[in-house]
Amino acid sequence: MELLNLAGIAGVYTLMLVILIAAVAMVTLRSLFHSALALAAVLIGIAGIYLTLQADFLAMIQILIYVGAVMTLIIFAVMLTEHLSHQTVRQNNRQSPLAIAGICAFLFCLTGVIVRTPWPLQPQNQTATITAMELGKAFMGQYVFAFELISVFLIAALIGAIVIARKDK
Amino acid sequence: MEILDSIFLNTKKIFLDLLGCWLPDWMILLVNIGIIIGVIAVLGPVIMMYLTLLERKIIGRMQNRIGPNRVGIFGILQPIADGIKMFTKEDIIPQNADKIVHFLAPVLMVIPALLAFAVLPFGRGMIPVNLNVGLLFFIAVSSTSTICVFMASWASRNKFSILGGMRSAAQMISYEIPMVLSVVPVILSAESLSTYAIVEAQARWSGLHWFVFTPWGLLAFIIFFLCGVAECNRSPFDLPEAESEIVAGFHTEYSGMKFALFYMAEYMNTFTVSALAATLFLGGWEGPVLPSWLWFFIKTHALIFVMFWFRGTLPRFRVDQLMGLAWKLFLPLTLINIFVAGGYHLISDRNFRVAGASAVLLVSFLLFTVFLNRKYMPEKRRYDLVD
Repeated sequence: MELLNLAGIAGVYTLMLVILIAAVAMVTLRSLFHSALALAAVLIGIAGIYLTLQADFLAMIQILIYVGAVMTLIIFAVMLTEHLSHQTVRQNNRQSPLAIAGICAFLFCLTGVIVRTPWPLQPQNQTATITAMELGKAFMGQYVFAFELISVFLIAALIGAIVIARKDK
Repeated sequence: MEILDSIFLNTKKIFLDLLGCWLPDWMILLVNIGIIIGVIAVLGPVIMMYLTLLERKIIGRMQNRIGPNRVGIFGILQPIADGIKMFTKEDIIPQNADKIVHFLAPVLMVIPALLAFAVLPFGRGMIPVNLNVGLLFFIAVSSTSTICVFMASWASRNKFSILGGMRSAAQMISYEIPMVLSVVPVILSAESLSTYAIVEAQARWSGLHWFVFTPWGLLAFIIFFLCGVAECNRSPFDLPEAESEIVAGFHTEYSGMKFALFYMAEYMNTFTVSALAATLFLGGWEGPVLPSWLWFFIKTHALIFVMFWFRGTLPRFRVDQLMGLAWKLFLPLTLINIFVAGGYHLISDRNFRVAGASAVLLVSFLLFTVFLNRKYMPEKRRYDLVD
């Protein structure tokens, strides 16, 4: 059994490595379409991470919404705007060294906070599995105001998009 | 019947018990997983092979032909002959194609089609993985195939491919919404997302308490099945590969085994969508007398036959008709259906709730077909520069 556990841990770290490589590929590749595909790979990988954390509902929603819908829209937009072949774009400009310095500073602060926090914060939450039913009850009970607010915002955005796209007769 | 019902489960159990004499426990665990994966990996291609033969036979009969009958008795070996032909064909890659993406697209296309098998309940206790979000898993996994279609169409650098890819994307986005919304009443009624639990919720009346026998279930079944046909790119929704308009759509530039992989994914999708429709609305493996797995295959193949029947009889949609059907009829009907299903569960009087639900659904159907889907004349195009 120990061998299986070890293999599982190795699998999780490999998955993280793949996500990181795909993320770097996304911001460095010259072709927009390839970048979009790398982004899809990152999103699927993150769904995998959710699965290892026993959040299956979240993982499935992640794939359905981000990979199934949002990525399709992004690729659709890329195909509508971009010339089909051999179109390459530089993804970085002269500010990259500054950006790297900023990221390093941010990472430094973040590492400090992570190291100083006494993990795990709430031990009883570590083994908890949240089912879709509990999530639904929380949305309809405790967080109903936030849920409704977001719904109203989405409806407003939808109607706004239709109003903008509408042809005036 | 009891023996026949669990014949596959018992065979696996005996095999594992035999292995247990030599191997440690954790190896048995791995072998168990390996058997399940192996069965699915073999089942997919085999299903694709005999479905192609079945389709050609059935379509042939519908068109007053005999269909393939040369290779083997009744043409049974035709799929194998086709396979050999595909293997020996030259693999052509267009000069300007994006080679890596062009190669990856057909390979990745098969993965979601195979993964979808993992949550299908084939019989009593015969489900590869009983996920508690099984239904969502199926929908999520099958939605990723759009990206593979996009990859194929973009990497080919061909105008027909691009057109096919665009059509495919528009179609899949449109039909996914009513498809997902139409299963909501089923989840509501079964109180679970697990496909196994949904089948067990239809077990009453000696296995005939199918969701399709309720007013909301009938409507949801029809919408789900039609959306499923559209998701598989099958006729009459086969605009992404309409051969009379855009050659073969997104797989115009594929030949040999890569083309065969697209073909395989399409047929496996046909099977899984039919199987899921049977699971959600026709009671899955529930049924009297016959063994459970036989019921499952009978129901699934009945739905597959209806898909072939569609192909044999219906002409292809126009693009605006296709979009109109999804957005102006299916979407509002599914939304109303969710409310009707909710009300159906609140009211306890049986005759009243059946009559009420049917009335509301019929009225809204008539309303939507009359008001939203009035006869539409596309505005006349003017080509000023040509004249």
